[in-house]
Amino acid sequence: MKKFFFALICTFLLGAAFSQSAFAQDPTPPTDDEVNAIAKHIYCPVCENTPLDVCPTEACRNWREQIRSMLAEGKTEDEIMQYFVDQYGDRVLGAPPATGLNWLVYLIPPLVILLGAIILFRALKGWTQPKQAEAGSGAASGGLSNQDEYIQKFEEELKKRK
Amino acid sequence: MNETNETIKKRGVPVWIQIMIWAGLTGLLALVAFGLNRRQNPMAELNQPVPDFELVFYKDYEYNQTASLKLSDLRGKVVLINIWASWCKPCEQEAADLEKAWQGYQPANDVIFIGVDYVDTPAGAFQYLKKFDITFPNAPDLKSNISSILNRQMGVPETYLIDRAGVLRQIKIGPFTSQAEIQAFIAIAE
Repeated sequence: MKKFFFALICTFLLGAAFSQSAFAQDPTPPTDDEVNAIAKHIYCPVCENTPLDVCPTEACRNWREQIRSMLAEGKTEDEIMQYFVDQYGDRVLGAPPATGLNWLVYLIPPLVILLGAIILFRALKGWTQPKQAEAGSGAASGGLSNQDEYIQKFEEELKKRK
Repeated sequence: MNETNETIKKRGVPVWIQIMIWAGLTGLLALVAFGLNRRQNPMAELNQPVPDFELVFYKDYEYNQTASLKLSDLRGKVVLINIWASWCKPCEQEAADLEKAWQGYQPANDVIFIGVDYVDTPAGAFQYLKKFDITFPNAPDLKSNISSILNRQMGVPETYLIDRAGVLRQIKIGPFTSQAEIQAFIAIAE
């Protein structure tokens, strides 16, 4: 009985060892979705303005295969992106990296919007203030009271006619 | 009348703010111009010396077992630079003729062929080089630096002939159609 259990355990252990080696030799290859998740952030210089994940050219197909093989090697997304930047330059990225002169791309638009908002605010303030001032001066000189008197007379005339 | 003038003065942007805005804009333009100027590669022109650049060769496709060299290191020799890519079908038309021509020039070590692989993957490049039994030195065009300096005109393939003094003598756009055409192209600089 002991021999039987010993043989059974050995069989399980050997089976487990072989199955592990089989998995190691044949790892699951990266799927198209995994490849495209990275490819959509990359632009091939040959087909400008077309993201790598939807570009049908031979050059882009090669680039996607490069991503696939790097994923299979266990490289991270950052490592893969860095490889493409090192090989082909910053222009393969969808957005310029925030370094050096590129900072202007990120700074200027919000600054221009802020400046525009300030100018708009000042202009709106300038348009509304004179009207208030005119209205204020009209009230001070008795303009409204004159109008009231006129309306009063007008209503009296109407009553008489009735 | 005085009231109107006062209103105009109140509405206008103060002079010191105007000066600051103009100074800021001028400074910004100067910064952008400086940055662009620094980034821009010098470009080769016909009958002018070619600006220097570095070649980092593919493994097994080095020049005299040297992993990298500068174009200026080849001064005194005629240099033919062929820009190609594994995804480029017209490049395949001339690949065999280029290799045959190289076999003819290689023993004299006076005319050097260098392949520059444009926007390509190493796997694709090696497959292409093996497919056409290419033996002359080949290097990737890292960050498209070399094609940018050589002022690539249209696409790939393009071939540039540099004479012994480092002057760009001729440009061929598109593939060579025969070995004789390659020899005639080189003869101008010999």
